[in-house]
Amino acid sequence: MWALQSTRSMTVHSTLTYTSSEMMTIAAARLLKDEDVCFVGIGLPSAACNLARLTHAPGITLIYESGTIGTKPVVLPLSIGDGELCATALTTVSVPEVFRYWLQGGRISVGFLSGAQVDKFGNINTTTIGPYNAPKVRLPGSGGAPEIAVSCGQIFIIMRHSRRAFVEKLDFLTSLGYGRKPYERKKLGIKTLGPTVMITDLCVMRPEAGTNEFVVTSLHAGVTREQVRENTGWAVKFVDEISETLQPTEFELNVLRDLNLRTVQAHGGDVTSGSQTD
Amino acid sequence: MTKFVSLSEAVSAHVHDGDVIAMEGFTHLIPFAAGHEIIRQGRKNLTLVRMTPDLLYDQMIGMGVASKLIFSWGGNPGVGSLHRFRDAVEHRWPIPIEIEEHSHAAMANAYDAGAAGLPCAIFRGYLGSDLPTVNSKIKFIRCPFTGEKLASVAAMRPDVAIIHAQKADADGNVQVEGIIGVQKEAVLASTRAIVTVEEVVDELTPPQTSSVILPSWTVTAIVKVPGGAHPSYAYGYYDRDNAFYIAWENISRDRNGFREWMQKNVLEASPDSFASRAYHLASDTHGN
Repeated sequence: MWALQSTRSMTVHSTLTYTSSEMMTIAAARLLKDEDVCFVGIGLPSAACNLARLTHAPGITLIYESGTIGTKPVVLPLSIGDGELCATALTTVSVPEVFRYWLQGGRISVGFLSGAQVDKFGNINTTTIGPYNAPKVRLPGSGGAPEIAVSCGQIFIIMRHSRRAFVEKLDFLTSLGYGRKPYERKKLGIKTLGPTVMITDLCVMRPEAGTNEFVVTSLHAGVTREQVRENTGWAVKFVDEISETLQPTEFELNVLRDLNLRTVQAHGGDVTSGSQTD
Repeated sequence: MTKFVSLSEAVSAHVHDGDVIAMEGFTHLIPFAAGHEIIRQGRKNLTLVRMTPDLLYDQMIGMGVASKLIFSWGGNPGVGSLHRFRDAVEHRWPIPIEIEEHSHAAMANAYDAGAAGLPCAIFRGYLGSDLPTVNSKIKFIRCPFTGEKLASVAAMRPDVAIIHAQKADADGNVQVEGIIGVQKEAVLASTRAIVTVEEVVDELTPPQTSSVILPSWTVTAIVKVPGGAHPSYAYGYYDRDNAFYIAWENISRDRNGFREWMQKNVLEASPDSFASRAYHLASDTHGN
C-alpha cells in the first residue's frame, strides 16, 4: 500500500535527526514562492505546499482540483476533496470551472506532480505497468495530470527514488514532460516551461540545458552518487559543481511534524507519507 | 409529479439494465445509498460513468453490475488502489469490464457539453499523452481562427444521473453546497435524474458557501436518505469517514472478504442503515 510505504532510514548529519522523506518534503516546499498560485495533488505535493504556506510562503495560493481556491487546511486532506479544503477556502468553484478558467485559463504558476514512473525527460506514467490492454498493474489513471502538465507555468515533480520508478522507458506516457525526444514539447507548440525540477528522497534534479535530460544538481546530506545510480533506471548524470542540499532547519522540521501529527490524529491512520497524486 | 419516492421505487422505475449511469460527487456527496440499492436490485450490464470511481464503483464493479466504465481517476484517494476495479481490469473478475479512460479535464468538459446541448467539447488537452492512442473517442481538431491543435471529446449524455444533495424543498427544488463537483452538469446532461437528499425542508435557505440550485423540473425523482453519502460526506451535516476509506484497503483486497462485507453491509442492509453510519461523524465546525 503506497500510503504506508516506509521511508528510508534516519539520517544524522547535523545536530538534527530527520528522515529522507522529511528532507524531500522540505526541499520541495522551499522551491515555492509567496506569490505562487499552486495546483496541488494529494500526498507528497500536498504536504510540501502546506509546509511552504506554514513557513516562508504564507501568501501562497493553493488550488485543489476539487475546486477549492485559496484553501488553508489545518490538517492535510486525505482526499482531494475533504471538507477541510472547502471550509478553509477563499472560494469553491465547480470542477469544470477549475479546469477551464483557472487551469486552462493560465492562472496557475506551479503544478506539482508525482507518479508511478518518470523518465529522464520528466514524462510521467500513472496509467499502467505493463501493456495497456493487459496490464500487470492497473494504476489509478491520469486524473488532472495531462492538462496540469501542459497548462501550469511550470511543473515540480516529487517522487521517491527507486529503479522501479525512475525508468529508462515508461510503460505508458500519461502526462507530458519534455516528450520522448528532447524537443517534442516545443514542437507541439506548448509555451509553458514543463518540469523544471524533480525532488526525490535522495537528491534534486534539473533539466540539462540543450538536452532537457534531468541531471542531479544537489545530493541530500549523506547520500552518495552510487546510491543515486543504484536507484535510477537510466545512466544518470551529475552536474560538475554538485552541491549538498541545504539541510532542514529545526523550524521546518517542527512545523512539518506538527502538521503530520495533526493529520494522523484527524484521519485515524498514517496517511502523511502517501506518494500518489491525483 | 410524484417526485418524492422511496429509493427502491426510484431505482426500479428509472435505472434499467444496460443504462449509461453517471453517479457524480467529487469526493463529496457520493451517492452510496443509491449505488447500494442498484446492487440490491441486481442491475446488469450498466455503463458506469464517473470522474473518480472511488469506493462506490469499486463495490459496484466487484458485484458485477457493470460491463463498462468511463472514468478519469480510479484510486482510493490518499490510500492506494481500488482492488475490485483492478481485479476486474487485470483478471476479468467477477466479469470482464471494458474501460474508456479520459483525463479529468476531458470528463468535466464532456459533461459541460452534454448540459449545453453540444455534440462535443473542445479544450486544450492530452498534448503529448499516450491516452489518445488507447481511447479512440479522443480526437483533435484545429481552431478555425488560430489553427491551434485542440482536443475534442464527445458530449457526455447519460441515461440517468444520480447525485446526493444536502436538501430539497417541499416543491422538489434541490440545493447542493460545498464542493459542488460536476453534479449540476451531470444532471443537466442526463435524460433522467435521481437525487437523494439529507433532508426535505419547507424552504431552501441562503447558501453559506458555494451553492448550486437544481430546479424541481430538472429532477425526475427525489429520495430522502439521511447519511446517504457515507463514507463520503455531506458538507454541513457529517464529515468524510476517512478511517473507513483507509479500512477499505483491507476489506477489498481479497475477493471473499469483499463478498462477505457486501453481503452483510449492502445486500442484507437497507437505505435506513446510512443515518447511523454517518451521523456519529457529525461535523463540529459547520454543524447542522
